[in-house]
This record gives sequence, structure tokens and C-alpha cells, in this order.
Amino acid sequence: MSFVGLGRDEEQRMLKEIGVARFEDLLAAIPQEVLLEHPPRIPGPLSEIELRRLLGRWARENHAAELVSFQGGGIYDHWIPAAVDALASRSEFVTAYTPYQPEVAQGTLTAIFEFQSMMAELTGCDVANASMYDGATATVEAALLARRQTGRKRVVVAGMVHPHVLAVLRTYLDPDEVSHVGDTAGLAVPADVKAALGPDSACVIYQQPNFFGLVEDPPALHAIAHEAGALAIAVCDPIALALLEPPGRTGADIVVGEAQSLGSPMSFGGPLLGYFAAKQSLLRGLPGRLVAETVDRQGRRGFVLTLQTREQHIRREKATSNICTNQGLMALRATIHMGLLGRLGLREVAELCVQKSHHAARLAAGIPGYALAHEAPFFREFVLRCPVEARRVVEAGLEFGVSPGINLGRFRPEWKDLLLVAVTELRDAGEIDRWAQTLHRAGGAR
Amino acid sequence: MRYPDDVRYTAEHEWARLENGIITIGVTSYATEQLGDVVFVELPEIGVRLEALKTFGVIEAVKTVSDLFAPVSGEVLERNGALSDNPALVNQDPFGEGWILRLRPSDPGEYAKLMSNVDYERHVEEQHA
Amino acid sequence: MIMPRRLLIEQGGAGHRGPALPACDVPQRPLAELLPGVVLRAELVFPQVSEPEVVRHFTELSTLNHHVDRGFYPLGSCTMKYNPKIDEELAGLAGFAKAHPLAGDDATQGCLRAMAEVQRLLAEITGFAAVTTQPAAGAHGEMTGLLMMRAYHRSRGEGERRRRVIVPDSAHGTNPASVSLVGYETVVIPSGPDATVDLDALAKALDDRTAAVMLTVPNTVGLFEPRVLEVTRMAHAAGAQCYMDGANLNALVGRVRPGDLGFDVMHINVHKTFSTPHGGGGPGAGPVAVAKHLEPFLPTPVAVLQQDGRVRLDWERPQSIGRVHSFNGNFSILLRALAYMLTLGPEGLAEVSRVAILNANYLMRRLAKSYDLPNPQACMHEFVLSGRGLKKYGVRTLDVAKRLLDFGVHAPTVYFPLIVEEALMIEPTETETFDRLDHFATAMERIAVEAAEDAELLHQAPHTTPVGRLDEARASREPRLRWSIP
Repeated sequence: MSFVGLGRDEEQRMLKEIGVARFEDLLAAIPQEVLLEHPPRIPGPLSEIELRRLLGRWARENHAAELVSFQGGGIYDHWIPAAVDALASRSEFVTAYTPYQPEVAQGTLTAIFEFQSMMAELTGCDVANASMYDGATATVEAALLARRQTGRKRVVVAGMVHPHVLAVLRTYLDPDEVSHVGDTAGLAVPADVKAALGPDSACVIYQQPNFFGLVEDPPALHAIAHEAGALAIAVCDPIALALLEPPGRTGADIVVGEAQSLGSPMSFGGPLLGYFAAKQSLLRGLPGRLVAETVDRQGRRGFVLTLQTREQHIRREKATSNICTNQGLMALRATIHMGLLGRLGLREVAELCVQKSHHAARLAAGIPGYALAHEAPFFREFVLRCPVEARRVVEAGLEFGVSPGINLGRFRPEWKDLLLVAVTELRDAGEIDRWAQTLHRAGGAR
Repeated sequence: MRYPDDVRYTAEHEWARLENGIITIGVTSYATEQLGDVVFVELPEIGVRLEALKTFGVIEAVKTVSDLFAPVSGEVLERNGALSDNPALVNQDPFGEGWILRLRPSDPGEYAKLMSNVDYERHVEEQHA
Repeated sequence: MIMPRRLLIEQGGAGHRGPALPACDVPQRPLAELLPGVVLRAELVFPQVSEPEVVRHFTELSTLNHHVDRGFYPLGSCTMKYNPKIDEELAGLAGFAKAHPLAGDDATQGCLRAMAEVQRLLAEITGFAAVTTQPAAGAHGEMTGLLMMRAYHRSRGEGERRRRVIVPDSAHGTNPASVSLVGYETVVIPSGPDATVDLDALAKALDDRTAAVMLTVPNTVGLFEPRVLEVTRMAHAAGAQCYMDGANLNALVGRVRPGDLGFDVMHINVHKTFSTPHGGGGPGAGPVAVAKHLEPFLPTPVAVLQQDGRVRLDWERPQSIGRVHSFNGNFSILLRALAYMLTLGPEGLAEVSRVAILNANYLMRRLAKSYDLPNPQACMHEFVLSGRGLKKYGVRTLDVAKRLLDFGVHAPTVYFPLIVEEALMIEPTETETFDRLDHFATAMERIAVEAAEDAELLHQAPHTTPVGRLDEARASREPRLRWSIP
């Protein structure tokens, strides 16, 4: 089974047209010693029926999927309206290529234009691109743009940026060129960031809300970056941006982040959706694809890929980035998602996150042994200090059918008592009660 | 003649015109035909010193981009500001309104070494062949 | 087909809204109390459109796209083959879609099993020791592979000296762009007259500063590098590593293993060879396979199958280059690739490359009668024609590409590779039938005749698409990159 449609007579006609007797004659350029005698030893072939049985069994082994999720840490269990799947699974979108021939790709191009428009609005920036791989690589690209723009090398990371984002930054850049200024009481402290900045600093990167779910003070961080001649880069959750003052309005030069929360499933962490938005003055330095509005010869409105001379297929070693394939279909999902929720719905989602997470935090504070780890305002996610190791709480969740949060001990040993809890609009009062019961049980088992 | 005789040429398809000790530079009509619609010209700041046959900027069309090479060495005196609003001038009038920079040459001997329009036309024909 | 006149922001308005959210069922407090001192945004200027209209909007947009399920897509180097429906269904199973990446190994054994299996099968198919599934796309894989080679050179004390990467002039643009990204310098070598690697040029470029040679096999002209074993041997003799750009793996799959060609590392575009959908530009996935000596440098974590049959994520890899992705790469895309590999099995895999090569050679011989064929050798899965013969009619390759759209097929890749004038790069893939190839060939032949008889017809093409040729110069000169608020 290879999904080929080649009849025996047809094959003979083709070989005749080609002018060879046998297929093998076409492989003359390949050294004999590397031609396999037997195909690789892989399992299969499996029919649909067998494949569904096998992968269905594996899917059921993921009992994480059956639990009510209070996990966040960069990936969130948000509502995905039914229409998102219905529309985004249309094969007209799914099986199309990158829109290099705009006359037959107006569907994809128009949707990307709408995505750019909404991401620019959400972030308060002038322009947004067509997507990046994920929040971490979008952050790296932002840092690289800041380095090109300023001619400086040092990247200053302020406070509780997601540990994985920090890790990816350190993979891409020379680790010595990444300075991390730690938090105080969970937040980036502008004075500490200022002290870390020098004439070699290209940018300040902070996360909003930060890894602990806390709301940072963007205007102060932007001002400090700019005083030092560095760019201000905000790594933001797009749902939070429906409620919070957008950083682009208070001086952020670049706003990037992970937009899985806009209509994409968690899918074990991928595919995700990185977004990249910036000030107009940085336009020619942007990584990735951009779509612009234009007209055809009859004056009809249409959309095309534009400013392609920035990109690898034209600029090659001088390109602004090496990115080619991006996360187009996830951007489409986000576009449909934002279109459905609209002006009111997205704000309501954000407010429900605030109300429900605070309700959960109040319940937890009333359970003996548990306390909120930080006092600063939080958006959808908070850190609980537990009376036992957080992994015990996670284990206790199985009994109540909940994943009560993320054991932060997996990131740092000294965080072993900390549980990172996310409460989205999907969680109802009963589920939050079961979550609280989990805390009780785990705490009592001390 | 396809190419004007009051300017001199480089193999990279720039031209230079010497008037009153000042050199104006631009790209040739052959270059603009090859590039297609010019959409952006990236220029050096005034006062920058250019070195002959080194790149000093970039000219971009929709799907191609080309480095600009200085025909002669010298200091940038003036940039064609009209190009930022209307880069199409380079296509419309490459030897006139579409000029790119004015330089004060630092080595007067360099200008004389550039190609004449006859040599340049032959050079273009050879490239085509 | 009518082009939608209005964007979402131009539809609906106050009072229109999409699907409802539930009322808040927990005790509420004023936002100002919950978020003291936090500045909230004044307004969000977003569309206000009802669900039925949103559905119509995107459905209408979808009708404007050419796509594989509708017709032929002979884009060279892109491997636009059929994407099996069962793969979509399985990737969407709740057990996978609702798995959180930080849920812990015990709670996600099914996902980890799939990851480990993808790693194992790709290693077997490519002939390498180990695989990382973290890179989200081919270019991301290139960067990951280059970082591993850099770490390898550094581990041998040669990191400072070896900073050059040799790339043929026929390479994909991502190669030199990735080289720059890791701080290396690209050294371009010209291809020989037969469009394959010129060994003399290679020998001249290789020295003790060479970190790697990057090669696409088959190359972008669709030819197998006949001296590839010599290339990798020469590179290794000079102390360099060999990287294979796996974009064209569809020509080799089941038949030749890149590991056997002497390469040390390669990336695999699963959205090409392993049939995961392109999604209008992504997501793909770019797993990277490496030889034994590079295994210690793989990104963390790696899925490891243990003696007890369980799979765990291995983080303890002191020489690892680190993370290259927020979580586990494009996991659900890899699931689709896994489903595809299992559907094919060993013989099916070999059948892929066999029919891909057969289809390409058939088309090439037919079209060589109407277009220039600069490299007449037998091709692999794709070939490159030149439209230079039409220039005498004032017709360019772009005109041919645009006219093809009128025949209901997508245009080939045009003006690439750069070493062929007026290039038309054609990759039919194995999933196209004889009848489809015939239709395409007939269309191409007719266009060649039209070029001679009615050049204007081609200059004005396409004629039947939702919009005609778009003013790209205007789009670049004054880029309008977001909608204006009505």
C-alpha cells in the first residue's frame, strides 16, 4: 500500500516512452553497493483497521488525556469552538502548499492577512508576521532581530520567563551572551534589570504573564530597556492580551509568544503556534513570511506574500532567518478562533480565567498547609506552596480524576514543594471542588 | 547607442557620471530590466566613505535582491531622497531621475578606468550569450 | 467563483457575536480587586460576526485554494503527495490531542511510545543511529544538525578553527541561511557542467577550516550525486562532517539509506516524504537523524525505550546541545508520519520511490520534446526544465507557470534552482496516476504552442482563477500588512 495508482500496462507505456527496458536502468547513477537488497526492516503494512486498533490503544495509554486538567506552564486547556475544527480540517486548507502562486491561494493568503491583523491589534504592535514554530523560537528570533538592529550581543532575560524558552535561547545563542536576572517575590525587578544592562545589551526579554502566572509591569521594563539603548521584547500569552494593556502600546519593540491557547489542542506540546509582532520601524528585519494586500490587473483586491527579499529563498546566507515552513494551519485555527470569539468572546474568556483561577486560589488558601507562593496579581495561573512534595499532589489527583497542576520540582529541585496551577474558562465549579479535594487528600496524607 | 555616452560603467551594471568634480552614480537600464520592478533601495548615510568595487547598499525588486557596488571611491555627499517614496524611478529613468548617490571622488584616476558605453554594451552582450 | 468582497472586520458589527460562553459559576469579585494596580486594555478592536457568517467566510475562502485533494501539484522539492485521511483521524484522537506535555512520563506512555517508534523507524529507514523529533520543520532541523556538528568539533578542540560550511550553488536557500544562524560562514562551490558536485571545486574548498559539507541528495536538479561516496570520503579525510539535506528523500526511501552514503547527519521533512499535510505553509516536522558519534549531542529530551517496555524521556545528556523547541516538536505531525510508515510497511516504502522516479522520468522525456532539458541524464523523483527556448517569443517561465493555473494544475517550482536559467522544477510524486501526468503533459505541450502563437494569452494568464496576476511591486513598495478598521 503506497497510495500509488499505476496499472501494469501504464508502467510499460511509461518505460517505453522513457526508453529503458526496466525500472532499474533509471538508477545507473547510484553506486551498486548502496542499493538496498531488502527494504528497511520496519513493521507493516497495516490496514486502516489494524492501524486504528494499534494507535487507538496507544492513545488510551495516555491517561493524562482523561483527567480534568489544571496544567498550564505554557500549554493550556482552553475551549476550542466546534467550528474551528470543522473549518480548519477542510482539505482546501489542510492539503494546500505555501501560497507561492497567489492566484490559486487567496484562501490561505486572506486568512494569514486576517491573522496578522488580529495579532497586531492584540499585541498593540504595528505589524505581525504569518507565524513562527512556537513561543520559544519566536523569542529567539526576536533576540536575533534585536542583535542585528542594535549591533550588540547581550540578551538580558528579566525574571520568570518560561524555563524552556530560556533553554532554547541558550541553545541558539552563545550561553555566555544570555544574562538571566532572577525574580524577587516572583516578579522581575526593574532596578535589578537595570543593573544588569550595559553598553553591550541588545534587548530585555520578559514574559507577561510570567511563568508563575504573575502580571509584570511592562512600562517600567520598557523604559529601562530603552534607557540602555536596548530593545524591549515581551513574551505574551494572547488570551491575557485580551484583558491587559498591550505591551506594544507602552513601548515594547517586539511582542512574541505562544498562541496555542488560540484554538489549538495541547497535542503533547505540538504543533504549537509562535507569533511575532513588532514596530513598523523593524519591518525589514522581521523573520518569516508576511502577507500584504494589493490588487490584480483588474483592480480586484487580493493578497500576496511580500517583502520576500528578507527570506532565505532569496537572501540566502544574509536572510533575516532560516525559517521556511511555519505553522500555517495553526495560524488558521487561531484566526478562526479569534473570529468566532470576537471582540466580546475573547475578553470573556480572559475574565473567566481570572475569576476561576482566583476562586481556586481562595479555596486552596483555606486548605491547611497550602499557601499562595506569591502575592502579586496573577492572571490564570498561580503557584501553590504545598505541605508535601508537589508530585504527591499530582499523584493524588488520579483518585479524583484531575491533573491538579504541574510539579515545579521537575524544573528545579528547590521548587519541589511548588505546584503550578492553571484554571481556564473550561473548568466548572464542580471540577474546581474536585481539585480542592485533591489538595486536601494529598495534604492530609502527610 | 543603447547606453548613454556621458557616463561610464562597471561590470556590475552601475554607472557613474562626472560633473564639476562630483560623481553621480546609479544602475543601468540593463540592471533594471534584469531586476524587474524595484521596490526598495538601501543607501549609506551621508558622509560615509565608499571604496571602489565594494558593496555600499542593496537594491531590491519583488523577488530578487542585488548588492550595489561603488564604481569609484569617495565620500557620500547626497542621496536621492525621492527613491524612498518612489523606488520605481530607478526603473522609469535609470540614467536620470533614478540616480542613487552623489560622491566626492577620492581618487580621480578611478573614473577613467571605468568602461565606456561601447565596452559596456559588449560586456552585456557577452553575459547574454 | 467570486472573490469574497469583505474581510471579517468588514462584516457584522455591534450586536453580532459568535458562540456563547457559559455564565461564571464561581463567586465573582470585581477585576479591580483581583488585579490591583494592573492596567487593563481600553478596547479590543476585533470582528463581531455571528457563527454562521464566520463559517461562511472561511468556507468561501477555502474554495479559493488549489490543494492536493483537488488537483495536481507538481512543485519541485515540495513532494506534494496525497495525505491519507486515516492519519488525520488518528492524530486527532482525544488520547493524543488532550495530552499535556508536562503531564509526566507515566501519564503519557502512549505519546512516548509513538515518539520512540518514530525515532526507531526513521533511524532504520535512513540508516542512522539515533533521531531527534524536536525540530518543527526542515530548516529547524538543519540548524539543529549544524549545532550538533559544531558541538562535535568543539568537543574535539576544533570548534574555533572549523567554521566554514561548503554548500553547492544548487542548494536550497535554507542551507546558507541555517549556516549563518549558527555563526558559520558559507562557502559556495559551483556545480559541474552536469549539475552535480564538481570534485575539483570541492577539493579546493576543503581544508582544516571546513566544519561541514552540506549536500542535497538527490540534488535540486533531481540527479543522484554519482560521486557521493567520494564526496563524503573527501570531506571526512579533511576532518569535516557531512550533512544531508533530506528534502528529496522521497527519491531514496526504501531503496538507499543516506547513512550508507557516508553522511553523519540529515534532516527529514516528514511533510514531504512521509506525507503529512502542508497546511498552507505548515506545520511540518524536521526530525534529525545522526550517526553514532553525534548521538551524545542530540537535543534533550530523547524518548528512550527501557528494558521493562516503558518509554521515558531522557534528560541526562551532558553533551546535549540543549532544547530547540518549547516542548516535543510537532508531535501530532509525527504521529501522522508514523501512521503513514506503518500503512506502507517495507515494500510500500520502496514502492514510493520506485513510482516517484518512474513518474518523473516519464514526464521528463515527454516534456523534453517541448521544453529545454539542460540535464538529460535519467532523473530521480524530479527534474528541471528550462523555459529559455520561449524567450524568443517574449514568453518567460513565469508566464508558463501562470497559464498552467488555467488548466487546473498548480505551477511547478519556478526560477529554482538558481543554476538553471528560467527553471521549471517538476516533481510529480508517486501518488499521481498516468492519466493525471498525461493531462499535465498535454497542458504543458499546449502552452509551448501557445507561446509561439499567442504570447499575449500567456502574458495575461491566468484567466480562470479567482483573481488575476497581482501587483506584487505595489505590495512591496507600500506594504499593507493589516486590515484597516471600517
